[in-house]
Amino acid sequence: MKRFSLTAVLPFVWLAAFFLFPFLLVAKLSLSEVALAIPPYQPRLDLSQGLNGLSAFAQGLDLETYARLRTDHLYVAAYLSSLKFAVVSTVILLLVGYPLAYGMARSGAETRRTLMMAVILPFWTSFLIRVYAWIAILKPEGLLNAALSSLGLPTLSLLNTDAAVYIGLVYAYLPFMVLPLYAVLERQDESQLEAAADLGCTPIQAFWRVTFPQSLPGVAAGALLCFIPMVGEFVIPDLLGGSGTLMLGKVIWTEFFANRDWPAASAVAIVMLATLIIPTLLYQRQQARMVDGR
Amino acid sequence: MNDPARPRLNIGAIRESFAPWADPNAAPLVRFEGVYKQFGDETAVKGVSFDIYEGEFFALLGPSGCGKTTLMRMLAGFEAPDAGRVSLGGQDLAGQPPHRRPVNMMFQSYALFPHLSVEQNIGFGLSQQGLPRAEIRARVEETLALVKLEGLGRRRPHQLSGGQRQRVALARAIAPRPKMLLLDEPLAALDKKLREETQFELMRLQQTLGMTFLIVTHDQEEAMVVADRIAVMSAGEIAQIGRPAEIYETPNSRYVADFIGDVNLFEGRVTGADGTKVRLGSNDCPAGLEALEDDHLAMGSPVWLAVRPEKLKLHLDPPGETANRLSGKVVDYGYLGDWTTYVVELASGRTVRAAVANVSRLVERPIGYGDPVWLTFAPDGAVVLTR
Amino acid sequence: MTRGPTLFNRISVFLGLGFLYAPIVLLVVYSFNASRLVTVWGGFSTKWYAALLKDQQMLDAIWITVRLGLISATAATVLGTLAAVALVRSGRFRGRTLFTGMLQAPLVLPEVILGLSLLLLFVAMGLQRGFWTVAVSHATMTLCYATVVIQARLVSFDRALEEAAQDLGCPPIRAFFLVTLPGIAPAVAAAWMLAFTLSLDDLVIASFTAGPGSTTLPMRIYSQVRLGVNPEINAVSTLLIAIVTLGVGIATLVQRRPKGVPRG
Repeated sequence: MKRFSLTAVLPFVWLAAFFLFPFLLVAKLSLSEVALAIPPYQPRLDLSQGLNGLSAFAQGLDLETYARLRTDHLYVAAYLSSLKFAVVSTVILLLVGYPLAYGMARSGAETRRTLMMAVILPFWTSFLIRVYAWIAILKPEGLLNAALSSLGLPTLSLLNTDAAVYIGLVYAYLPFMVLPLYAVLERQDESQLEAAADLGCTPIQAFWRVTFPQSLPGVAAGALLCFIPMVGEFVIPDLLGGSGTLMLGKVIWTEFFANRDWPAASAVAIVMLATLIIPTLLYQRQQARMVDGR
Repeated sequence: MNDPARPRLNIGAIRESFAPWADPNAAPLVRFEGVYKQFGDETAVKGVSFDIYEGEFFALLGPSGCGKTTLMRMLAGFEAPDAGRVSLGGQDLAGQPPHRRPVNMMFQSYALFPHLSVEQNIGFGLSQQGLPRAEIRARVEETLALVKLEGLGRRRPHQLSGGQRQRVALARAIAPRPKMLLLDEPLAALDKKLREETQFELMRLQQTLGMTFLIVTHDQEEAMVVADRIAVMSAGEIAQIGRPAEIYETPNSRYVADFIGDVNLFEGRVTGADGTKVRLGSNDCPAGLEALEDDHLAMGSPVWLAVRPEKLKLHLDPPGETANRLSGKVVDYGYLGDWTTYVVELASGRTVRAAVANVSRLVERPIGYGDPVWLTFAPDGAVVLTR
Repeated sequence: MTRGPTLFNRISVFLGLGFLYAPIVLLVVYSFNASRLVTVWGGFSTKWYAALLKDQQMLDAIWITVRLGLISATAATVLGTLAAVALVRSGRFRGRTLFTGMLQAPLVLPEVILGLSLLLLFVAMGLQRGFWTVAVSHATMTLCYATVVIQARLVSFDRALEEAAQDLGCPPIRAFFLVTLPGIAPAVAAAWMLAFTLSLDDLVIASFTAGPGSTTLPMRIYSQVRLGVNPEINAVSTLLIAIVTLGVGIATLVQRRPKGVPRG
């Protein structure tokens, strides 16, 4: 084993300074208390007092903010509701994304390339703009209701409801679900389906017994790739959701910018992080396995 | 060696008289001394020592994973030995990075730079030496002519055929005029016919340049055709070094006999040895086996007799009672055009392969499945092996 | 493929892509609507684009965002190339696990967390928040994406090419610039574009780390959008979509190998 890699030094130092160290700051802040000061928390580490400063700092830290999170109904509700939004959206994404990815994989080689581009392109266009586009559709005097009333159907009031948040989440994360699914489905050998048919499977049986089991790594990758960032989503619940829509990303934002309760924002971030560690590790293992399998 | 009076194709004759390894005063160009190399848990090279002489065409031959490529990469500088010494021209190479070593390598994948033209590829090493532009151009032209690629200098590697790419890789490696050219499975990607042609071209090139070539290959025919000497490798060790004919006719072990060409091995025990001949008792041959052998082998010691298929003579009628007479029946045969190989099952159950040259177009008595046949061989056609 | 797509396959693809594109198409169409109301088509007009040109705040935001993208994408690409080379070429080195973890985590972590943590860093350092704090934050976030893109290309890059260059007399660093870099150039370009687009697109991290005078375009759009649908936003969105589509299209054409030519 080499002692260290020379090329890694610069990016390593950069990431340590701007990614790892800030995380430790979040962790530290979550153990601090709110104060009417700038910055609005205490204790603050005062190194000019030497060891005394350090011990005073250490004694100032406590778990009070976390206790506050546990007892405050709002935080608990936001936590559970975030998970609910993420889980339900992931399931809907699978139901929407799988047929799309499957259809893409079954198309001819030329068409496949074009379809692939078509799915990636929205990913390159601004997330914010794509979410914004839905406001014009969903608002009470928007395009959806205009279409419905012209058909003589009752209108819906979707904007600023949970339903709008689900639509937004599914819409924004669809490429993230489709691409891993497509990657595994596209690799499948057509002759396997012929073999299954030869052995007496109807096309639908062949799908469930041959294609679907082989696509499970893609299902797992897609689900995790969508679930993890959705838990912390801010823009979609903020723009499409109502005042009653509770999500952790929104809570952090509000605590931070509106209430200036930095310790609470940090503690919520830490709790969210702790929740996401396991899915993240699962995702990384999945990725490593897919790379090895190639 | 480049005597113009000598016909250029008569390489075999030149090679006959070339034997610096037999001269005790000759200094080798390359010397491997007790070289070891470990990769993880696996020992790739286990204490290998051998010399390569100036002007020699040397082959490292062995199955994949035997350590031959590792040895070559040590010479190029891409691997460092864990123990032992590799020296070039008497100078230890340890610590010298690849770009300072006066050897060039032709890579198995060719490793042509896809973003550079053929000329730029060939001139790469020359410009690295800091030669003036005009000289680089002249040398590139000269090298292109040498590998018969005139007029293709402007092309990119992906616009060439496999055979042409192979020549560009070769040209790129010889253009800087290294002290030694390393060839890592240089012909593996070519089809059989092109491979055979290129083998002769490699030999001609080596003679023209007077350069030392080291080739790594798993193809024993290729090694036999091109090399002055072959080192047969097995699991990180050298099993035998010698001229192709020595390796083929007098292998020193069952491994070498089996790896180079086809061979029939008979197991037996020594029943008599007089310093010129040895007699064996064997289940395979009730009349006993006999071979030339000047070593005094101990009575009763287990040995093997190696007989090449073409050294066996096939008889349809029983020959006279002699040693080295085997009888059995044909269980299989394969017609190869120039040869027919017969698989004969002996009474002992062992199967033996015999190769018969098809010298006439019509056969009086065709041999078929189940036909009883007799096989004989001369005592000087067999080699006694003790390991 | 011996069997073509079934009717079900075709319908799935049609509906799926329709779902993906309908909102974008509507947005683009209505950016040319003379009427301020979404549901009323008041005729074709480019007046919202004209209004955009007069909106100094919006133009400032665009200029800041473009500069941010250029700087942070370039930094991220340089760092990402180094990181990818370290991961692919250095084998197992000390701290590799931590290194990979730090490179992969930002890919999946919610942006809110990244933004918050970076803000706390700048506060703790006593730095005035502004253009450069956003640039550093964007470089950090996009560096991870750049690494993934370059790493994927570098893994399939034949190492023998570098060895051949060294064998022909190139010192390793020169070999990297003469042989490896031209070989992975398309991936480096793609990584830069990805980093630029992500920076252009980011709202959350910029909101946390920006200060007065460094309001980016997404921040500007966001503050307007909260007030409701605004045709001027439709216009700027359409422009952004056009630019990105053009960029991706060009990148695809550049990367596509000439047909019928074997790989070198």
